[in-house]
Amino acid sequence: MIKIEKRNDVSRSIYFLTPVLAIFLTLFGGGIIFYILGFNPIEALKFFFITPISDLYGLSELLVKATPLCLIAIGLSFCFKSNNWNIGAEGQLIFGGIVGGGVALLFYNHDGFYVLPIIILSGAIGGMLFAMIPAILKTYFNTNEILVSLMLVYVAKLLLDYLVVGPWSNPEGFNFPETRQFSKTARMPILFDGLRIHAGIFITLINVFLSWLILYKTYLGFQIKVSGLSLKTAKYAGYKGKTMIIIVFMISGACAGLAGVGEITGPIGQLHRNISPDYGFTAIIVAFLGRLNPVGIIFASLIVALTYLGAETAQIFLQVPKYTGQVFQGMILFFLLGSDYLLFFKIKFLRLKKNEL
Amino acid sequence: MYKLFLRGLISVLFLLGLSINANADFKVGFVYVGPTGDHGWTYQHDEGRKAVEAAGIKTTYVESVPEGADAERVIRQLAQSGHDLIFTTSFGYMDPTNKVAKDFPNVKFEHATGYKREHSNVSTYSARFYEGRTLLGHMAGKMTKTNTIGYIASFPIPEVIRGINAMTLAAQKVNPDIKTKIVWVFTWYDPGKESEAAQALIDQGADIIMQHTDSTAPVQVAEKAGVWSFGQASDMQRFAPKSILTSIIDDWAPYYVERSIAARDGTWKQQDTWHGLKEGMVAMAPYNSAMGSDLVKEVEQLQKDLASGKAHSFTGPIYDQKGNILVAEGAVADDGMLAGMNVYVKGVEGDIPQ
Repeated sequence: MIKIEKRNDVSRSIYFLTPVLAIFLTLFGGGIIFYILGFNPIEALKFFFITPISDLYGLSELLVKATPLCLIAIGLSFCFKSNNWNIGAEGQLIFGGIVGGGVALLFYNHDGFYVLPIIILSGAIGGMLFAMIPAILKTYFNTNEILVSLMLVYVAKLLLDYLVVGPWSNPEGFNFPETRQFSKTARMPILFDGLRIHAGIFITLINVFLSWLILYKTYLGFQIKVSGLSLKTAKYAGYKGKTMIIIVFMISGACAGLAGVGEITGPIGQLHRNISPDYGFTAIIVAFLGRLNPVGIIFASLIVALTYLGAETAQIFLQVPKYTGQVFQGMILFFLLGSDYLLFFKIKFLRLKKNEL
Repeated sequence: MYKLFLRGLISVLFLLGLSINANADFKVGFVYVGPTGDHGWTYQHDEGRKAVEAAGIKTTYVESVPEGADAERVIRQLAQSGHDLIFTTSFGYMDPTNKVAKDFPNVKFEHATGYKREHSNVSTYSARFYEGRTLLGHMAGKMTKTNTIGYIASFPIPEVIRGINAMTLAAQKVNPDIKTKIVWVFTWYDPGKESEAAQALIDQGADIIMQHTDSTAPVQVAEKAGVWSFGQASDMQRFAPKSILTSIIDDWAPYYVERSIAARDGTWKQQDTWHGLKEGMVAMAPYNSAMGSDLVKEVEQLQKDLASGKAHSFTGPIYDQKGNILVAEGAVADDGMLAGMNVYVKGVEGDIPQ
């Protein structure tokens, strides 16, 4: 007979090592998949994980890709730590992009150092307001935040569709579904000539630091963590649960909105229908892979960003199907959750005595 | 133990580093917006790529590249990894293609369906799909019983509007009572949305379903509902054998082979290509015999006339929805007018989403 028991003491170092284990298991599993597909596993893994970052441009691209993922995941960690399941970061990103993009179009051909900060700020506020919808519905009407936040993703997507096809489409663009290219003053400064890495990375890093400060050094962070561990305890201690729900959603939405604005003023430079390749959803994987810890999330975002780049290079050099990148992301999460299970529970094999039968 | 592991790791990394080597061969890269298995747009581009490969030139493709921030990186990686000619096969790659072209003056770029050629190493190309639409319109006008044609449209861009207009004009010529009903799905590829749109059009009385989207979902819905349909981009006959009257085929192969060879031999020049039935970039799948041999003959004749220039899809008089004249009697629309077309002709229902 097999019996599953909860472990009493979970080692803290192993808790942070399991993501590393999950990555190694993914590499191993990925090697097997490549082998089955008929590729040399070592060579395929090399093109997947080493070639993409073997030059400066690759490293810059890795950071370009990791910047929004890290930022959104940091925001999500506030929600997830307090047991608020915000699944709609993608929608908050898009809505932040819409608001920021709208302001950028408003300032079309407008000079001034203040243009970009206003755009960035309005994007953050946009994401924040959009995230407050599920939060307020949850606190005052007891709705399920998973459903509401998820459905709002589609609302944001359709709104963006409407705007770029209709009122905001480029007047010289032959009706193609995109806005004008933003003017220079509305674009994130590029850090190095010839590379795409932009000032958005500083926004992410500042946010990582602020989150660490809030989560680990303030009373608010303590309240968030306690209410995540036990809502009853939090209530008993007199914490205002409702305000906290709204605050974590606001933080999370603002981060996603910033990520959206970073994308449109950074590498994209205009609004169109595909401003995000599902960063908001991928960031959920990043948040958990990083153990909801600001430093962990930095590493997790780099690794997940690498799976995107790797999928492209592996396809260019070996013609490996593009979807292997998603398979890798799935495997990382699968192995992480799998090893978590073994971390928190132990399996006992019991020999049955005759009289128990 | 730890040191042994570290040493092992370093030597493995070193060996991996050694095995990266550059390839000096002539190579052509393709960037696709969808999966090669979409049986529509991307599938046909990949058929073109295979023809280039068959001509003895090495090719690489990257599929399902989002038209956002990722496109520039993929195009740049292809340029950086020794590709000499790069075809970017969707409109959304227009700005990224031009951006990368600026940094790689020795690499040639070919962008499909766009209008920006900001550097001398960027060409654009597209096909006169509307000529095929004229043939579809002729068949639709003859075959419909309800005088209602259902049209699934992707985006209100000139290319799509041109197709709607060309089809409607040809259908009106053989059947003056024709009405074109349009559903805009705002996507190039979404089987779910496309089949919903097809169903909605059939429910509104359309007995002919036509699509300017890339999946096979609409023809399959038409097959089930027992109405006529037309395939898009590739021969979709096997997905709806009874329902499909013919398919417009985008045949990129000759162009891709020609341009690849030109680039390899150093005779590649910047140009803006717009080929149609005449050059074979637009081709028709075999006609379904269910429409009767007389009609097949008529359509074949019209196809020949369009190819030879004897007939033109946009021959006047053409009126817009309000009855204003767009093209005078006896005249034909010029390419400039076609390229920027953004009004419906008379007989099309509804407004262009703006």
